[in-house]
Order: sequence, then C-alpha cells, then structure tokens
Amino acid sequence: MRLRAVDSERGHGSTAGVGKAKGSYLVSANDTIDPTRRDFLYVATGMAGVVGAGAVAWPFIDQMRPDASTLAASSVEVDVSSLTPGMSLTVKWRGKPVAIRNRTEKEMKEAEAVSLSDLKDPLARNANLASDAPATDANRTVPGKEAWMVMVQVCTHLGCIPLGEQGEYGGWFCPCHGSAYDTAGRIRKGPAPENMAIPVFSFISDTSIRIG
Amino acid sequence: MSGGHSTYSPKTGIERWFDARMPLPRLIHDSFVSFPVPRNLNYAYTFGGILSLMLGAQILTGIVLAMHYAADTTLAFQSVEKIMRDVNSGWLLRYLHSNGASMFFIAVYIHIMRGLYYGSYKAPRELLWILGCIIYLLMMATGFMGYVLPWGQMSFWGATVITGFFTAIPLVGEWVQQLLLGGFAVDNPTLNRFFALHYLLPFMIAGVVILHIWALHVVGQTNPTGIEIKSKTDTVAFTPYATIKDAFGMVVFLAVFAYFVFYIPNYLGHPDNYIVADSLKTPAHIVPEWYYLPFYAILRAITFNIGPIDSKLGGVLAMFGAIAVLFFVPWLDTSKVRSAVYRPWYKLFFWLFVANAIFLGWLGSRPAEGTYVALAQASTLYYFAFFLVIMPVLGLIETPRRLPNSITEAVLEKNKSGSGHPAGAAASPETKG
Ligand code: FES
Repeated sequence: MRLRAVDSERGHGSTAGVGKAKGSYLVSANDTIDPTRRDFLYVATGMAGVVGAGAVAWPFIDQMRPDASTLAASSVEVDVSSLTPGMSLTVKWRGKPVAIRNRTEKEMKEAEAVSLSDLKDPLARNANLASDAPATDANRTVPGKEAWMVMVQVCTHLGCIPLGEQGEYGGWFCPCHGSAYDTAGRIRKGPAPENMAIPVFSFISDTSIRIG
Repeated sequence: MSGGHSTYSPKTGIERWFDARMPLPRLIHDSFVSFPVPRNLNYAYTFGGILSLMLGAQILTGIVLAMHYAADTTLAFQSVEKIMRDVNSGWLLRYLHSNGASMFFIAVYIHIMRGLYYGSYKAPRELLWILGCIIYLLMMATGFMGYVLPWGQMSFWGATVITGFFTAIPLVGEWVQQLLLGGFAVDNPTLNRFFALHYLLPFMIAGVVILHIWALHVVGQTNPTGIEIKSKTDTVAFTPYATIKDAFGMVVFLAVFAYFVFYIPNYLGHPDNYIVADSLKTPAHIVPEWYYLPFYAILRAITFNIGPIDSKLGGVLAMFGAIAVLFFVPWLDTSKVRSAVYRPWYKLFFWLFVANAIFLGWLGSRPAEGTYVALAQASTLYYFAFFLVIMPVLGLIETPRRLPNSITEAVLEKNKSGSGHPAGAAASPETKG
C-alpha cells in the first residue's frame, strides 16, 4: 500500500511531489511489495503504541468504578425483631432503599394465587436463586421464611421509589410513571419491565437479616 | 480568510513587530473586521454572537460560584444556600448562572431553527452544522450535570432517572451506569465527578466553538436568500455592520435575561429543588429542566415493545435518536434550494415542526398518562417524519419559487416593492443615506 502510494506520487512529477517522493523512496530501499524489516518495525511500533495507550487509558476508566469503601459498605445487618406481620421497614443498602416486610397471611395468599401466566415478568429476579427461576411467590422469598419480603425498593423502570401498600395490586405503586407491583413485588401493570430485585440476603438468626 | 486575500496592513511599529512573529492582529482583523458578510443578514443571524457571549458569561459566573461551592453530599445544598444568603452578591451570581443556562438554550434553539429554516447545513457547510450539533450535545451534558450540583430533590432524582437510561442497554448497561455513578446509586462519588465534568465541559465547548467559527470563516455565512456571495456588492464588512447589529441583538437579549434574573429568577426552575436530596423519597412528579422536555416526552412516548426491543430501551433509543438525526440533516434534505423563503411547502412543514417541538415540550411537563401519552406518540411521529420522510421527499417533488440571481438583486427587488421587511431594510446599510 505504502509503496504504491509512493509510486503514484512520483508519477505526478510535480516539483513538490518529486521532493517528497524521493525522500520516501530512500526510506523504502527496495521496490518490492514483500514486507521489509522496516515494515516490520513500523507495525511493531504501532502495536506497542496501541497496547501502551490502552494500558495507560485503563486506570483512567477504572477509577470511575465503585471504589473500595463503596464496595465495603455493600453489606448491612438489620434487626427485624420489632416487625410483626403487616409491618415493614426500609434500610439503605448500596445507597438504595431495601424494603423488609413481614407480610400478612392475606398478602401471601394473594401473591400465591397469581398464576405465572398473568405475570409481565416471569422471572424471580432473586439473587439467591438461579437467574432463570420462575417468579412464584415462594421464589420471591427464602425457604421457611415465606412471610418475609426483602426487596430493593427501586422501580425497574427508571429508578424511582415505589410507595408501599398501594396501587391496584395492594403491593407497591410507583408514582413516577404509574407502575403497579403486587404483594410479592412483581410488576403487574405499567411501564416497568421487571419485578423488583431481591438482593442476596440471609437470616443470620430468627430476628436479624444480613443483606449483601 | 474565506479565500480572500488579507487586507490587513500593520500601521504601527508594534503591529509590524507582532505581524512578523505571530500575526494574531492580522487574524483578528481578517476574521472580525474586514471579513465580508452578506449584506442581507437579518436578526436571526445575530444568535451566533449572542451564544458566544452567553458561553463567556456562564464560564465567568461559574468560576466564581465554584469558589463558594462544596461538592460533597453533606455540604452541597447548604453551600448553595450560603451563596444565596451570605456570599456578597452571591444571589445575583447564582441567578445569573442558573437563568443564564436557560437563556443559553433559548438562544441555541433559535440558532438551530435559523439553520433549519435557511438551509444553513447544506454543502459546503455540513461540517459546520455537525460541529454545531456536537456543541449542542455538550451543552446538554453540561446543563444536566450542573442541575445535579445544588443537590436538591430534582437534582438527585433527575440524575437517578437519567443515569437509569443506561441500564436499558443490553448486557453492559448496568456496568456503564455504575461507571457513571461510581457506586450503585447516585451518591457522593457521583456528585464529585459531575462537578469536575461540569467545570471541564464548557472549556471543551469553547474549543469546539473555535472549530465552528473556523469552519464558518472558511465557507462564509449563509443568508436569507440562500444564494452564495457572488460579487463584492453582495457583502459588507463585518465591522462595523455585523458588529453593530450583533451588539444590538445582544443588548435586547440581555434585557430579557435581566428581566428573568431580577423579576422571575425561579420561574424556569422547579420548587422541589429547594428541598435537600433524599435518596429514600421520590418526588411525586419528576421533570427535567425545560430545555430537555421535548426529548423527555419522546422518551415516555414509547410505551410499547418494538419487536425484540422492549419499551424501556425503545424509549431511550428514540430519545437519543431524536438528537442523532440532527447530525444527518445535511444529507436528509435533498432540495437544491437552500432557503425556506423559496420553498413554500418546506416553509409550512418547518413551522409545523417548530409548533410540534414546543407542543412536545409541553407534553413532557405533563404526567405520562391518559391522552397525553397518545398525543406524545403522535408528536414523536411527526418529529421523526419531518427529518426522515418530509425532508428527503419534499426536496424531490417540491417546485421552488424563482430564485433571484444574486443577493444584491434580492435586496434591490425587496426595496423596490414598497417598504419591504424591516430586517431587510436595516440590512442594506448603503441605502440609508
Ligand atoms: S420509574 Fe417507576 S414507573 Fe417510571
């Protein structure tokens, strides 16, 4: 390619062209299209430059990611002994509100009665389960503690905070663009595409939960 | 520039000294004194100058505000209130800066409309137009990040919703969002980086503005007839003609600006932003600043899935598409005639487009429910149809009116046929005795 460009430039024969072409001609000592040692050096230098630039750029991108202190704050323990059925509390985890709700019998029944085909998002979105687990009520909670909803209370549409015990399905309702969730935090109506997320959590005793 | 030879001749010794070493006075003289501009420019053409003035004003007020502002979630809101109450003249500087942003956008929208009306984007001015689009994009990013800094409720939730757009991107969306936020939600790292970028971007804008003006001075200005300059009689010198006209435009514009600052400084803001950010409580109704409203309406208009694209990603794509389409305008418009003055149909569709854009803005401020959604969908359709259907098709089928042979002929014709346009009369200085 390069050699050919030199040739055509020489062909034009303008004074400026000749001067330039002559210089280039001296650089490419032989008029063959076989790669020369110099071509190899060009490519090698270019490659080293690209790799070097990438290596230098990475720290500048990397520093944008959540830092160590943000990641360290990614686990919280909550005492839930005060929550009787029908009560909830909100804790802040990774800067987002997490709703912990001790559901009533009625709420659980309602959520269990829903058939999977009625759900807009059929996946459980439960970080404690496989990612393809179906969104049954049981899969939205942990075994043996089905009354407890522990859920990132952030609308899956654009991130507003839905209000509890409201909306058509008695669960959560997002005032921003009108998404309604049921008592298991599953999206039933409105623009939100997914069920609200269940974070990684576990009961470390009967009265306390660790999130994250 | 503009292909012409430099008419600068250094008069004093110091000018000659500079001219031999770094001919900056020559550059300034050729660009802003002897530079020939079409003699028929009207006031729509003064907004380029007004925009430069606003950029300078925003940088100036911004730098002094930064001396009193603290980019920390626990301090930011208080520090802004401190600027309002304690800092000497702080209230004025902050109102100048916040209203200045709105004025900046008013000016840029008029400037863009001017370009669309007179076909300023057509060859050989495609690059000039694209540089303008880049400036507009940078302005949007700057304005958005600036609005986050006071750390009020709208700051916080606006930032949450807007960075939430990125989660719509398949696979890498979440990662990109965390990269922007520096965490899992809008928080201190977000505020810090937004402050740094809000300080940086205006200087990048200034850089692109220089390229924009450079490109302008290579190809020369358009004018209401859309006919290129053909002879010396088509032009007047930049100074004093354009300089004075631009200056008068600026004075009128600044009067409007001052009215906002001194009489209705919070008219264009949102009262919720005087409540400190609360990450656990969403305001009932989140709206962005007025200048993003048309795009916000487009975002929310996509409530349906399009094939494999779900409504959330669809909305985000439509919103970014609404801006991206501007970059392609030079190639979408197939008409050989530049100015809408000679294109009766394009003129009609253009004004419909303007009305539609304003209507979209109004819809963006309404809640997304009921008939508002259907109206927003119809409006969005027209927005895209204007660029993607009307522009290309109209250029091929429309019969334009007869074009004058030159700018001079157009001006003389206009003067003959009665009093003509006031702007046209003012723009033909040599007939004013
Ligand atoms: S953010 Fe909840 S409905 Fe849009």
